[in-house]
Amino acid sequence: MILDSKIPGGSIEEKWTKHKFELKLVNPANKRKFTVIVVGTGLAGASAAASLAELGYNVKSFCIQDSPRRAHSIAAQGGINAAKNYKNDGDSVYRLFYDTVKGGDFRAREANVHRLAENSNLIIDQCVAQGVPFGREYGGLLDNRSFGGTQVSRTFYARGQTGQQLLLGAYQALMRQVAAGKVKMFPRREMMDLVVIDGKARGIIVRNLITGELESHVGDAVCLCTGGYGNVYYLSTNAQGSNVTAAFRAYKRGALFANPCYTQIHPTCIPRHGDLQSKLTLMSESLRNDGRIWVPRKAGDTRSPDQIPEEDRYYYLEEKYPSFGNLVPRDVASRNAKQVCDAGLGVGSTKQAVYLDFADAIQRMGVAGVSAKYGNLFQMYEKITDEDPYKVPMRIFPAIHYTMGGLWVDYDLMSTIPGCFVLGEANFSDHGANRLGASALMQGLSDGYFVIPFTIGGYFAGTKLEKVSESDAAFEDCKKQTEERIHKLLSIKGHRTVNDIHRELGNIMWEYVGMARNEAGLKTALEKIPALRAEFWENVNVLGSEGSFNQNLERAGRVADFLEFAEVLTLDALHRKESCGGHFREESQTPEGEAKRDDENFCYVGAWEYKGDGVAPELSKEPLTFDNVHLATRSYK
Amino acid sequence: MSGLNLTLKIWRQKDAKTKGQFETVKINDVSPDMSFLEMLDIVNEEQMKQGKEGFAFDHDCREGICGMCSLVINGMPHGPDHATTTCQLHMRKFKDGDTIVIEPWRAAAFPVIRDCAVDRTAFDRIIQAGGFISVNTGAAPEASTIPVPKADADRAFDAAACIGCGACVAACKNASAMLFVSAKVSHLSFLPQGKVEAKKRVLAMVAQMDKEGFGNCTNLYECQAACPKGITVDYIAKMNREYLGATVTYAEKVYGKD
Repeated sequence: MILDSKIPGGSIEEKWTKHKFELKLVNPANKRKFTVIVVGTGLAGASAAASLAELGYNVKSFCIQDSPRRAHSIAAQGGINAAKNYKNDGDSVYRLFYDTVKGGDFRAREANVHRLAENSNLIIDQCVAQGVPFGREYGGLLDNRSFGGTQVSRTFYARGQTGQQLLLGAYQALMRQVAAGKVKMFPRREMMDLVVIDGKARGIIVRNLITGELESHVGDAVCLCTGGYGNVYYLSTNAQGSNVTAAFRAYKRGALFANPCYTQIHPTCIPRHGDLQSKLTLMSESLRNDGRIWVPRKAGDTRSPDQIPEEDRYYYLEEKYPSFGNLVPRDVASRNAKQVCDAGLGVGSTKQAVYLDFADAIQRMGVAGVSAKYGNLFQMYEKITDEDPYKVPMRIFPAIHYTMGGLWVDYDLMSTIPGCFVLGEANFSDHGANRLGASALMQGLSDGYFVIPFTIGGYFAGTKLEKVSESDAAFEDCKKQTEERIHKLLSIKGHRTVNDIHRELGNIMWEYVGMARNEAGLKTALEKIPALRAEFWENVNVLGSEGSFNQNLERAGRVADFLEFAEVLTLDALHRKESCGGHFREESQTPEGEAKRDDENFCYVGAWEYKGDGVAPELSKEPLTFDNVHLATRSYK
Repeated sequence: MSGLNLTLKIWRQKDAKTKGQFETVKINDVSPDMSFLEMLDIVNEEQMKQGKEGFAFDHDCREGICGMCSLVINGMPHGPDHATTTCQLHMRKFKDGDTIVIEPWRAAAFPVIRDCAVDRTAFDRIIQAGGFISVNTGAAPEASTIPVPKADADRAFDAAACIGCGACVAACKNASAMLFVSAKVSHLSFLPQGKVEAKKRVLAMVAQMDKEGFGNCTNLYECQAACPKGITVDYIAKMNREYLGATVTYAEKVYGKD
């Protein structure tokens, strides 16, 4: 398939402005004739639903939680970037753009990233006006901090709960539109299928999670704002309910899935403690601003950390990357943690952890100073590990956190199915192969507040949409297929629980498709995944009925999709023989063990097209060009 | 530390219309490092292996911020640990041989959906009544146009930290939602951006709260004790002041003389 990204012409600075002008408009009185379905109520979904409703469109908003306020954007801690240059330290839209393209290891689209940087300032304005209580200085003006992988202070924050506060801002805007009658809210609904009529996305099938009833919803466009797929690894920093189902259903209906192998491993998570653990907890990487990362210099050093003198400590990031030190981007920090642990230098009972030490910071700022900055994170750490990080260094280890890959979209955020738009983490476009800290919140809100309101109008104004209804054959067919799938899940009555199989899938993915990947391992995964999938469909035990609140059935459907999706992810990782960003192929590294890109052969977006069950998906390529930020080896030394 | 052997009494209820009852389950060798919900995951796995459906309970982020998890544990919403959600409660807070009673939030305005999962959409409707600042996308002035004293911003944040879990309602013998409502009223009215609509907001949100069937506040402070985010009853006092002021100066304009 030829992937037309529809990047507008002109210089990088004028593309978005020009495009906004060239997009056709829907006149105010006509907007109310259109219905937009928005799936998901995280930063992207809530901001899109609210903004579209404010414009006059009718919006139907769906979420799987009991309230739209609970989407997993709420858990983002650190902050949100914007190019305000309030610190007068040399920041600009162009620098934010530059840093993000470089940070993404030259696998993002320049035009999208520039637009993101332009919108960043508008987002802060909007959020402040909504009452988001950002951190401020004593003069009453907004404070900034520097954040993983950048050398300017451009990160706005609300203590360690920035995602929560931004999401509540968007949620409140959404609630305002519900009260105004422009948004109809459907909580506890899960999207089961995308309905495509005459090649256009015209609605969705959802399951009412309370009654089990399948509902058809008609719309003139569908926006998928359904987040990432990190839970394919079972253990991740995602919420328990986070899943790939909505995106994967769209993939099966013709949307291409781009760069699924770009998964981000976050360096500062609380290490695993046992086999029955259900999730990993992230601690904001803002901790790396003041904490120092180290391991004992000698393997097998069992002294307690306070007994290890300076000369026996290996501050590996500071030594290897003197100019960025502990603030190197996430992929570099994570990989180095793995390397020192693989070399036997890891600490703690599992030896799969490194120290993050605040002793120096406490000496410099005092306990009160450290507590003012990181109090809630320290408290969270103590709650989980039963250790006091003011007294002993934290132990951290990388964990699956964010997924840069997602459904392929053009510049207008439209997938390869006309009328099916994809926003936020669910799309692929802005972060390339690695996302920088404090950029996810920025992208979710940019897509929802400041991109989709323009581009969806262009679609409506330029598209002839026939009238369709819930009783059309396409809706009935999708509903029937969903029903059959549910019946099948409930009829297997095997011996393994859904969780048990999901955990096994996670182990396969972490072992062979994790932080470092190689051809033999990926091929092993490609044998193990289909075998496990077969086991699932023969031997899983899903209890309860379809017509009730059945959390086991919900989970089963999601794991079934993960079992298919895992294979697409692994195929992508196998085909991309270079290392870039979060995707590290052991075959492609420099003599010092750094990731080695192969721009000659892999400077493209790899997008996978569903070709039927049991048939290999087909790869299409969108070439990437870098006219402004020139291809260069990332170096943080 | 070795594992804990526990007796659990967990609430079973098929749906809102059916009567529920406690069911007793034994669980052995629970790791003290496990979270409370991970312990329940194992209970449910065991139930399913015996061919019985697991106990339904709400949860999502499992890091104490989404507000989805609930559970009254031994009579205390979110359990015995101070300022902690159920998902952040760890088994090291319990002793070997303990009996633990687990039940849903109990309030008329939060009907049970199944077992320990309840319907909290009443909270969304209260926010819809006025828990926002009316600013359309694109209409915002430059962010630093209005300085906000740091103390006000900090106090607004303290109130905005509410996760909307409903523990305050579950803890209150009147099932009052005053702590939840006052947190949002306070968050927005501490900020200059939110002052414009403050009077209308407090009247509308309180009216909706009453309509949803939440009880009145009788100053027992159970809500504050149960709140996983440390929201204090000071905000209730603030809301009462704002409400009184709004009634005197504003209610007439909104609701007419009667």
